[in-house]
Amino acid sequence: METELKKVRGLGAAHNGTQHFFMQRATAIANVPLTLYLLYFVIAHIGTGRDTVVASVKNPFAALALCLALISICWHMKLGLQMVIEDYVHGNGAKLACLILNIFFAFGLSGLGVFAILKMSFGV
Amino acid sequence: MLDQSRKMTQRPLSPHLQIYRPMLSTTMSILHRITGLGLVLGVAGLVWWLSAAATSDAYFALVQGFFYGWFGRLMLFGMTWALIHHMLGGFRHFLWDTGHGFDLNKVEWLVRANIIGSVVLTLALWAIAYGVRG
Repeated sequence: METELKKVRGLGAAHNGTQHFFMQRATAIANVPLTLYLLYFVIAHIGTGRDTVVASVKNPFAALALCLALISICWHMKLGLQMVIEDYVHGNGAKLACLILNIFFAFGLSGLGVFAILKMSFGV
Repeated sequence: MLDQSRKMTQRPLSPHLQIYRPMLSTTMSILHRITGLGLVLGVAGLVWWLSAAATSDAYFALVQGFFYGWFGRLMLFGMTWALIHHMLGGFRHFLWDTGHGFDLNKVEWLVRANIIGSVVLTLALWAIAYGVRG
């Protein structure tokens, strides 16, 4: 009985190296201040009208912080969901489909959020 | 070759998760994943709220009204706890990444601090939010 070395060398369960681990930590670090700002932003706009939210997003620092928060959060979300898919979705076809949908979902959600912020920030 | 030998000898599998007694540390491990999954809903809600604000007064009033109602508040309360719990869990993982905090009594202390801290901070944040925003 022998293990074919060429099949296992460099290939973990995710068929990948430490990039996933590293980016998960990097986005986690960025998420700490960014989500704290997000919490503040949401609490500050409980029950307010639309004009108040738009006025707040007109501040370029607020718009930038919100955009960065969405990008970092969605990146972190993509990595986390990917790990869950790799653990629980068996069968190569289903796994591949889920992994691709996960990428579309993360980019779609962050893209929509960033577009909404920029529209309010630049719009008149 | 490999497939044939696997069929012939039915080797016993190693014991799986469910035979072990559930402990606080293992529960907190799965809770980190569950809060992470739950927060996906939170991000979706946030983007829904932001895109409504970018669309029209009527649409924003609808979404703002949803989150202002009892169900929306319940959802936001759950999301607040999930976010704080997941973030505190992340700090624990940062510590573990440096190779510290693996003694069993330290692990036990850390997971207790995680659960108690997340509940206390969530309640404190909502008390402040109610105090400031009403």
